[in-house]
Amino acid sequence: MNEENVIVAEELTKAFGDFKAVNAISFEVKKGEIFGFLGANGAGKTTAMKMLIGISKPSSGQATVAGFDVYTQTESIKKSIGYMSQKFALYDDLTVKENITFFGGIYGLSRAKIKEKRTQLIAELGLENISNKLVGSLPLGWKQKLSFSVSLLHEPKIVFLDEPTGGVDPITRRQFWEMIYKAADQGTTIFVTTHYMDEAEYCDRVSIMVEGKIEALDTPKKLKEQFKVDSMNDVFLKLARE
Amino acid sequence: MSIQLNHISKSYKKVKAVQNISFTVEPGELFGLIGPDGAGKTTIFRILTTLLIPDNGSASVAGFDVVKDYKAIRNAVGYMPGRFSLYQDLTVEENLTFFATIFGTTIEENYDLIEDIYIQIAPFKDRRAGKLSGGMKQKLALCCALIHKPKVLFLDEPTTGVDPVSRKEFWEMLKRLQQKGITILVSTPYMDEAALCDRIALIQDGEILEIDTPEAIVNKFPKTIFNVSADNMYKLIQSLQNYEHLYSVFPFGEFVHYTDKRNFFEVAELKSYLKKTGLTDIYIETTQPNIEDAFMELAK
Repeated sequence: MNEENVIVAEELTKAFGDFKAVNAISFEVKKGEIFGFLGANGAGKTTAMKMLIGISKPSSGQATVAGFDVYTQTESIKKSIGYMSQKFALYDDLTVKENITFFGGIYGLSRAKIKEKRTQLIAELGLENISNKLVGSLPLGWKQKLSFSVSLLHEPKIVFLDEPTGGVDPITRRQFWEMIYKAADQGTTIFVTTHYMDEAEYCDRVSIMVEGKIEALDTPKKLKEQFKVDSMNDVFLKLARE
Repeated sequence: MSIQLNHISKSYKKVKAVQNISFTVEPGELFGLIGPDGAGKTTIFRILTTLLIPDNGSASVAGFDVVKDYKAIRNAVGYMPGRFSLYQDLTVEENLTFFATIFGTTIEENYDLIEDIYIQIAPFKDRRAGKLSGGMKQKLALCCALIHKPKVLFLDEPTTGVDPVSRKEFWEMLKRLQQKGITILVSTPYMDEAALCDRIALIQDGEILEIDTPEAIVNKFPKTIFNVSADNMYKLIQSLQNYEHLYSVFPFGEFVHYTDKRNFFEVAELKSYLKKTGLTDIYIETTQPNIEDAFMELAK
């Protein structure tokens, strides 16, 4: 395996009876890359991601994530990744500090490490004045930024983001993407699943799934050139309609 | 006026959900409420559909007062709430029949209005609503909201969580309904959908930032915007944030949108500054503002 590839999938397949939800997909994701994983509702994104994060066993094919095998080393995979989605965020009834401490504990960090990370994270997000407030009382945008930071607590090699900025105001969403760029710049690989094409425009490369297969994979710029359109939205419409 | 709001306010305990909101929607207009989660969009819908009484101000829909004439309004409007709210255990056809019956009509009577939407889900008419895909649920909900031939249609975030293909189809359906004379108030958190409305209100934290046609809002943008890109996005943003003439910098897909404090400046000067900070492959070109640029400027 090439050391620079943190995700490698070869002919990865998941079948439910006769139905191939994911049909022999192959791709690689490089270290520090922001990789967009797109597709319509029901195209197989979630099923594919579940295999990559080690919670669903493939029917056939091969894949490694952070160097670990998705059949036999799922516990090691789980320790090497972070996960965040719009739906699964933080505990509303815990304070900002308590959430960080709780997730630090879950990820198995030492007390000293948790304390260090907590102070650093609160300072970086400018949350000093509200660190003892319940997370439930924070605006959605703050929750999302905090949630992303928490998913990075244990310094994972890869972070999986599931539709991270849906419903967030445009300014906060950009602050969020600045955080993503920063994490990527420091070598963390970002794997984003979304069906919002404006999020796709921010990625280094994107793959588009249609009915279980990857039908396109390239940089947003090259995909737009290839399909002779101005936006990823139009690329997506062309692929899905043909 | 199909919809009129005069100085409407509503608070929940200490939270001011909407504050002093006024706007009108003309008959036959497709009007968009554009704003993020928590902006107050759903509160406005609930007041206009008589499900919530405002603390202050007055509002009317199809000529009826939202407080005094609430019963008349309920017969005159169709409402598709943000959360799927049909009966999951009834089939597609049973749901539609149910809504027709409680409004004292039949599916046949207004079939022409829903025909081009209903034929897309008709093959599944015996399937329970809870077993439909997201796109089909949305089409069924729209049919149920239309079955009594409402004068005004309220759609609260109909495209949230829907993929681009279904979103596009949904907006095409709205345009056809508009041509049939139905006034439509629709909300969305997606700024790109704003361009599909006749007029929009940009809303944030319970207050309206601006009301106008999408073109006019974009044309009012006060600055020249530059698309800038370089070999490293994170370092590019940092370099621009440290530039003395910076007015604003925001990531926009493969570029950042940059505006300068000065009215006129040499692009070469910015380019040489960025080069000095160690960036390569620098690209700078003017571009047109869009609704998101306008929203961010107004929300400052």
